[in-house]
Amino acid sequence: MTTVLPERGPGGDVGGGVGADEAALQAAFDAAISADERIEPRDWMPDGYRATLIRQIAQHAHSEIIGMQPEANWITRAPSLRRKAILMAKVQDEAGHGLYLYSAAETLGVSRDELLDKLHSGRQKYSSIFNYPTLTWADVGAIGWLVDGAAITNQVPLCRCSYGPYARAMVRVCKEESFHQRQGYELLLALSRGTPAQHAMAQDAVDRWWWPSLMMFGPPDAESAHSAQSMAWKIKRHGNDELRQRFVDICVPQAEALGLTLPDPDLRWNEERGSYDFGEIDWSEFQQVLKGNGPCNEQRISQRRRAHEEGAWVREAAAAYARKRAAAPSNEDGRR
Amino acid sequence: MSGTYETPGGTHETPGDPHGGRDRPGHRAALALGDDALVLAQRLGEWAGHAPELEEDVALANIALDLLGQARTLLSLVGDEDKLAYLREEREFRNVQLVEQPNGDFAQTIIRQLYFSVYQELLYGQLAGCRPEDATPVAALAAKAVKETAYHRDHAEQWTLRLGDGTEESHRRAQHAVDALWRYTGELFQPVEGLDVDWDNLRATWTTSVRSVLEQATLRVPEGPQSAVWAAGGGRQGVHTEPFGRLLAEMQHLHRSHPEASW
Amino acid sequence: MSETSQQHRARAEWPLWEVFVRSRRGLSHTHVGSVHAPDAALALRNARDLYTRRSEGVSLWVVPADRITASSPDEKDPFFEPAADKAYRHPTFYEVPEGVRNL
Repeated sequence: MTTVLPERGPGGDVGGGVGADEAALQAAFDAAISADERIEPRDWMPDGYRATLIRQIAQHAHSEIIGMQPEANWITRAPSLRRKAILMAKVQDEAGHGLYLYSAAETLGVSRDELLDKLHSGRQKYSSIFNYPTLTWADVGAIGWLVDGAAITNQVPLCRCSYGPYARAMVRVCKEESFHQRQGYELLLALSRGTPAQHAMAQDAVDRWWWPSLMMFGPPDAESAHSAQSMAWKIKRHGNDELRQRFVDICVPQAEALGLTLPDPDLRWNEERGSYDFGEIDWSEFQQVLKGNGPCNEQRISQRRRAHEEGAWVREAAAAYARKRAAAPSNEDGRR
Repeated sequence: MSGTYETPGGTHETPGDPHGGRDRPGHRAALALGDDALVLAQRLGEWAGHAPELEEDVALANIALDLLGQARTLLSLVGDEDKLAYLREEREFRNVQLVEQPNGDFAQTIIRQLYFSVYQELLYGQLAGCRPEDATPVAALAAKAVKETAYHRDHAEQWTLRLGDGTEESHRRAQHAVDALWRYTGELFQPVEGLDVDWDNLRATWTTSVRSVLEQATLRVPEGPQSAVWAAGGGRQGVHTEPFGRLLAEMQHLHRSHPEASW
Repeated sequence: MSETSQQHRARAEWPLWEVFVRSRRGLSHTHVGSVHAPDAALALRNARDLYTRRSEGVSLWVVPADRITASSPDEKDPFFEPAADKAYRHPTFYEVPEGVRNL
C-alpha cells in the first residue's frame, strides 16, 4: 500500500523497472492496448507513450484557452443579446474544456503550471488556427461551423483513445462542443439570409477560414512525424487525410444549404471515390504560421502571458490567505 | 426626486418603446434593474480570457451569464430587448453608475461586485417577499434570480476576504478599490418608482453586510460621502460617468451599423 | 528564472482538488476530474462552476488530491484477486429452476 494519488503522477516507482520486469510490464501494456483496454494513470506505460500524451493533451488544452481569444474579441460587440449570451457561454465552455484537459494531463505527472510555462515560453504549441484574426462578426460563425466542426471531426475518435483520463475528458468536451458548431452554423445562416452586407460578411469569413480549417487536420500522413506511432498506441484512431476528407464531405452540402460557396475551384464530387476531390493545400502557409509567422501569433501569446502575469498577485493573495487560515486554530470554513 | 430628470427623449416614441409605455412605473422599474444587470454583464464579459486563473474565467462568465439572463427578462417586460439595449442613447439608460465603472484590476471588479451583489440580493429578496397578490413581473424575476444573486454575493465575499487578508499588495489594491468605488454606493438606495421596497431598511442592511465583510477582510470602511457632489443627478436619472459612453459605443456599434438587419 | 522567484511561484500555485459529483439523488458521487483552488471553499465553488455548468449535479465533494490513499497497480493481485474466486457472491452463481421468477 502506498499513499500516492490514485489518479496522479507517474506510476514509475512500479517494479524498479529493469530487465525482465520491464519486458513483462511492456508485454502487459501491449496486451492491454491490443485488447482495447484503457490505460489508467498509475499503470506502467512506456516513456514514449507518456511523453506523447503529455504533448498532445497539453497542446489540446492550450488550444482551448488560446482559442478563447479570437471569439472573446466579439463578446462586447455581439449584435444581439441572444448572440451575446451564446458567445459568452461558448467562450466559457472553452475555458472549461481547457480545464478538463489540463486535469487529464496532470494525471500523467506534470503540473498545470509547468504546462502553462511551456506554453508561455513557446516550448509547447497550440493549434495554429487561432493565429488567424476575427475581423468581423461573421468570423464567430465561421469559427463555430468550420473550426469547431474540424475539431469535432478530430475529437470524436479521441473519446475512444487508449488513455482513460484523456478519453473521459474528450467525452465531456464532445458532448458540450456540439452546441458550438450549431450556433456557428445558425449564425452564418442568419447572415447569409440577411441583408446583402450581412451575406457578403458571411462569404468573406468562409473564404478566409476554409483553408486554415483544412490545415487543422495536420500535414498529410506521409509527412506526419507522430501519426504512425500514435495510431499503434491507439491514441489516434484515424489518419490526418482520412479525417480531412471526412470533414470536406460533410461541409460541402452544409455550405450549399447555407447559400455560401467554399473558396476552392477544384472542389467536385468524385463518383468513383464517393467523396469530394479538393484542391492543394498551401502547406507553406501552414509551416510559416506554425513557426510563429501567422497574423496573430505574437498577439495571442502576449495576451495569454499578460493575463497570467497580471493575475499573479491574485493567485498569491489567495494562497497566502489559505496559509493563514490553515495556521489559525479555528477557522470559519471548518465550521461550515 | 424621481421623475425630476426626465431624459430628453423620455416622452417621445423611441425605437425601444413603440407604445410609449416606458413611463409606466412597472416599466421604469424593469428598465432600471434590467440596465443594471445588462451593463454589469457587459463589463464582466470584458474579462473573458483575461482572468487571473482559468477557474476564475469560468466563474466570472457564470456571473455575467446570470446577469445577462436577468437583463433580457427585465428588458423584455418593457419592449424589444435588442432595441432597448442597442438603440437607446446614453441618457436613456437607467442603470446605477456603479455597474458601469471599468473593470480595473481584479480587486476593483470584485469590490464592485460585492457592493452590487449585496444590494441586488437584498433588493430582489424584498421584491420576492411581497404578497402573492401584489406580485409584479419584476417581483417574479426577482424571486427566481435571488438565488443566483446570493451566489454572486458569496463569490464576491470570498474574494474580498482573500484579497483583503491575503498579501500586502492585494490588501493595498483591495483597499484602493473599496475607497474608489464607495462614492457610487449612495445611489443604490435612491428609490426606484414602481418598486415596493423599504429603502431605508435596504440601506441599513446593506451597510451592515458590507461593513462586516470589509472588517473581516481587514479592510477599512470608508468614511467619505457615498455620492459625488453634483446636482446633475445619477444613473437612475440617465446621467452617467465618462466611461459609460465608450462602453455603449462598443456594445452598440455593430448593431447600429446595420439598421434593420436581424442577427 | 532565479531560484527565489521560482520558490515564490511555487508558493502561489494552488493545490489540486479531486472532484466528485452526485449527478442525481439515488446515485453515488462519481469522480469527474480535478480543479485547482487555494482552499476548500473556493475549490467547491470552482468545481461547481466547472463541472455542473449544465446542471449535471445535485451534490459535490472536493478532496485535496494529496490526501487520497490508493492501492497501487502492482498490488492489484493481492488486493483484488481474492474476490475473483468468490463466485458465490454473485447471483449468477446460483441455479434457479426453470419457470421460477422474481428471484
